[in-house]
Amino acid sequence: MRSIVSLILLVVIAVGFGLALLAIPFGAAKTEVGDHYTANGREDTGASNIVTSVVVGYRAFDTLGEITVLFVAALGLGAVVATGSRGNDRREIEPASLVLKTGCRLLFPLILLFGAYVFIHGHVTPGGGFQGGAIIASAFLLVYLGCRGRRIGRISSTVAESLSGLVFVVMGLLGLTVGTGYFLSNFMPHGVLNQVWSAGIIPVIYVAVGFKVGSELAGVIDKLVEETG
Amino acid sequence: MIIVVSLLVLVMLGAAVAALVFRDLLSAVIASCMVSLLASILFFFLQAPDVAMAEASIGAALITAVFVIAIRRTSRYEE
Repeated sequence: MRSIVSLILLVVIAVGFGLALLAIPFGAAKTEVGDHYTANGREDTGASNIVTSVVVGYRAFDTLGEITVLFVAALGLGAVVATGSRGNDRREIEPASLVLKTGCRLLFPLILLFGAYVFIHGHVTPGGGFQGGAIIASAFLLVYLGCRGRRIGRISSTVAESLSGLVFVVMGLLGLTVGTGYFLSNFMPHGVLNQVWSAGIIPVIYVAVGFKVGSELAGVIDKLVEETG
Repeated sequence: MIIVVSLLVLVMLGAAVAALVFRDLLSAVIASCMVSLLASILFFFLQAPDVAMAEASIGAALITAVFVIAIRRTSRYEE
């Protein structure tokens, strides 16, 4: 009986969706907003990378939401791992070989530099805060794999995370008061296209996003590695 | 160009099927890492370098590391 009712419901929902989708002409341009972004993105935000002009310019509020989702996910993982770690069954940590250790030490600052480059130049070249932050977190992952027993400073990573989130929100509030009167409006001068010091608040926000994503993902790796030993 | 892309898609499909079929979970994780890596190369060919960078660093590096750590904590073989 129940399965018949659910089957009928499923058919009704499928027919409804099918009728709704048939009303949309196939292959036609759904909205004009994409054309507007590609045509006016450079003049409106001053960023030569159109993707960045959408992510941090037009849709900066969505990016703030994404950062919040990532923060809550990292917090939840920390809570789950903290309640789960009761047993003290730590395995002996085998020291890594000299080649691996030296390689890690050489590569770690270079990967950090590359991540910083990616998020500082997010409005000029492909990349941005999320990509740069993930690259920085992968540098910390390399250290955990190569130089066993080394940890990131808890306090410095927490300070970096909180400060960068604060910078994002404060820039938005400054746009509300100083700028044209809406949250995260681009109130700083746009400057010359294709230069690092351009696009107003976009590089500031992307550097903050890079620090926040990097410290959060490195914190996730840190919690998991600490848990498993 | 079309040959390279279709070859990449074929290898990617093979890796995805392998990730489903493997009983050894570590091999399955490596196969899914390969799917992410090939997806990032495909994104680059499709002129989306921003997405390619995110896919390569998160999908191929960090997710794989998280899965490997989880497998170390639990069992390696699927029952």
